[in-house]
Amino acid sequence: MYKYDEYDHAMVAARVAEFSDQVRRRLAGEITEDQFKPLRLMNGLYLQLHAYMLRVAVPYGTLDSRQMRMLAHIARKYDRDYGHFTTRQNIQYNWIKLEDAPAILEDLASVEMHAIQTSGNCIRNISSDQWAGAAADEITDPRPWAELLRQWSSFHPEFSYLPRKFKIAVIAADEDRAAMRLHDIGIQIVEKDGVHGAAFYVGGGMGRTPMIAPLIKDFVPLEDMLSYAEACLRVYNRYGRRDNIYKARIKILIHELGADEYRRQVEEEFAHVKSLGIDPPKAEFDRIAKQFAPPALDASAPDAIDRSDPDFAVWVDQNVAAHKVPGHAIVNISLKPIGGIPGDASSAQIDLMADLAERYSHDELRVTHAQNIVLPHVRKADLYAIWQALDAAGLATPNLDLISDIIACPGLDYCSLANARSIPVAQKIAARFSDLGRQKELGELKLKISGCINACGHHHAGHIGILGVDRKGTENYQLLLGGSGAEDVSLGTITGPGFDEDGIVDAIERVTDRYLAERSEGERFVDTFRRVGMAPFKEAIYG
Amino acid sequence: MVEHLQTGGEEPCVTLDAFLEQSNATAVRLEPDEDARALIPFLDRLALIEVAFPKFRDGRGYSSARILREAGYTGELRAQGDVLVDQIAYMKRCGFDSFAPEKPINPADVEAALTRWPAHYQGAADGAVPIWKLRHG
Repeated sequence: MYKYDEYDHAMVAARVAEFSDQVRRRLAGEITEDQFKPLRLMNGLYLQLHAYMLRVAVPYGTLDSRQMRMLAHIARKYDRDYGHFTTRQNIQYNWIKLEDAPAILEDLASVEMHAIQTSGNCIRNISSDQWAGAAADEITDPRPWAELLRQWSSFHPEFSYLPRKFKIAVIAADEDRAAMRLHDIGIQIVEKDGVHGAAFYVGGGMGRTPMIAPLIKDFVPLEDMLSYAEACLRVYNRYGRRDNIYKARIKILIHELGADEYRRQVEEEFAHVKSLGIDPPKAEFDRIAKQFAPPALDASAPDAIDRSDPDFAVWVDQNVAAHKVPGHAIVNISLKPIGGIPGDASSAQIDLMADLAERYSHDELRVTHAQNIVLPHVRKADLYAIWQALDAAGLATPNLDLISDIIACPGLDYCSLANARSIPVAQKIAARFSDLGRQKELGELKLKISGCINACGHHHAGHIGILGVDRKGTENYQLLLGGSGAEDVSLGTITGPGFDEDGIVDAIERVTDRYLAERSEGERFVDTFRRVGMAPFKEAIYG
Repeated sequence: MVEHLQTGGEEPCVTLDAFLEQSNATAVRLEPDEDARALIPFLDRLALIEVAFPKFRDGRGYSSARILREAGYTGELRAQGDVLVDQIAYMKRCGFDSFAPEKPINPADVEAALTRWPAHYQGAADGAVPIWKLRHG
C-alpha cells in the first residue's frame, strides 16, 4: 500500500486548510453559493435532496484497516451510522452538515485519506482492478501507475476547470474488472516484445450518450504515460464543448472529431508536451512500486478447503476467487443482502471488515465498482473463520455476479438529479429472485439500475439494465438488454416501452425465463442474448 | 506575492483578429475560443497578452497561458474577467503574472491563496520544482 511521505501529508493538509477557509467564507456570506459550488465539489461535497453528501476518495479502491475504521468512525460520528460504497470505488455519506466538513476532512487526513477531486469538472479519483496484486491474470500490479496518475492529477492547475468531469481507470489484465473502456481514459498496461507499455483508450463513458472508448494509442512507453495523458487532456480542455453540459464530455469531442483526427491532435500536442520534462524519472516510479510489493505469502500454505459445512461451501463457490499464490484466495464480500440497499454498510460492518482485513488479509481491503468489498490476500485455511464472522454480521450473501448482486445508484431517495427511485426496484428484484438455487441456475447475470439518464448505476453496461425516467410525473422504468462493462464491453439495447415499478420486475422475470428456454450449454445470459438477438425477449416481454 | 493586481486603465489591448491583420500593437487580448498558438510568431514583440475569462468555469484560458509560456513568452500575461481568489493559485502556476478581476478581490486573500501550497505534484509553467524532483534531488 502506498504510504504518504512528508510531501503528500503537507499537500493534503494544505487542502484541508484551504477548504476550511472556503467553508468559513461561505458560512460568513463572503462568497455566494454559485462561487462556492465548484470549490465544495472539488472537495467531494454535494448538496443533495435532503442534506450535503460527502464523497470520500478511495484511490484505486485500495485501503487498509486503519483507513476502513476511520470510514466507520465518520459514519458513526457525523452521519447516520452507515456509508454507501460507490461505483467509483469510493464511499459517500448522505447526511453531512456543511459545518462538519472541515473536521471530517481533518479526520480523513490523519489516516492519509481525502475527498479531493471526487466531484467537479476535474480529473476524478483514479479507479483500477479490485483484484490488483492478487489476480493470476495480471501482467503487473496496475496500482503504482494509478498512484503516479493520482499525484499528477491532484491539484492539476491546467485541468481543474475542464468542460466536464474526467474519469481515468488503469488495469493490467485482459479480463477487465474495472469497466476500463467506459472511462474518459482507460489505460491497459500491456506487454509487447517483453516490454510493458500503456494502451490508451479515450472517449468512453455512460451518461445519456454512452460510448465505448476507441483505442487511441496501442502502446505508449511507460516513461511517456503522463505526457501522453497531459496531451489527451489538453486537447480536450481546449476543444471540448462548453456550450451544452450534455455534450461536454470528451466522448462527444472524439465522436465529433473522429478518433483519427483526435489522435492526430494528441500526437501533435504530445510531441510538444514531451519536451517539457513533466514525466517523473523511473526512480519515482520505483519508489511508489516498492510500496505495492506483494505481501509475503506462504506458497506452501494448505490448498484444501474443508467444505463440510454446506452453507460455507456455497459461499466459497460463489464469492471466493483464485489467488495467484497457491494456498490463498480472494474473498469477495457482497454488500447486496436480499432486501438491502446495494453498497450500503453500517459502521459495525465496516469495522468488522477492517478487523478481518487486519487479521487475515495482510491489512488490505478493496472497494469494487460493483459496490462490494474484497479481502485480497487470504489463506484458504482461514476462509471458514472469515465466513463465520461475515455470516454473523449479515455479510455472507453468496451472490457475487448473480442477479441479486445489483449495482444501483442512490436514485430519487437521495439524489437531486434523479427522476426515479433505484433502491426499491433493486430490493423488489432481489426479493423476487431471492431463492439462491434459482439465482445460480441463471448464472452470471449483471443487473444494473440507474435512477436517471446520467447512468451512475451503469445501466448501459448491465447484462440487464434498468433506467428510471420521469414520464408525465410518474416513475417509469426502461429495460435494456445485452450490455457489458467487462472485456466483452457492449452497450445495452432498450427493449421497448417502459414499465412501472412492479411491471419492471415482472418483465425481468419474463426475460430470464426466456433465457432459460433459449440457452445453449454453457451460455451466460448475455451470450444467449448475443446469439439469439432481441426478438425472442421482446416477444416474451410484450407478447 | 502578487506581481500585479490590476485595476485596469493602462494600455488598451487589440483583439486577436485586429492584431493579426495590422499589427504594430504590443498588447493583445485572447478570447477563450481563440488559438494561443496564433501568437507564437509574434511573442518577442508583445508586452502584454490578456486572456479573457468571461466565466470562471471556462478553463480554456489555463491552457492558453501554458502554451504561451511554453513557447517562450516572457511578457506580461494577464487573466482578466471572472477571476476569483480561489482560481488565482492555479492561474499563477499556468504562467499568469497579473490579474484583472472584474470584482475586486481582497489582497490579503490573494496573498493567502498564493502562499498556501507547500509544493506541487506536477510541473507547470511557473518554474516550480515538482514534488517528484524534490524527492529525488
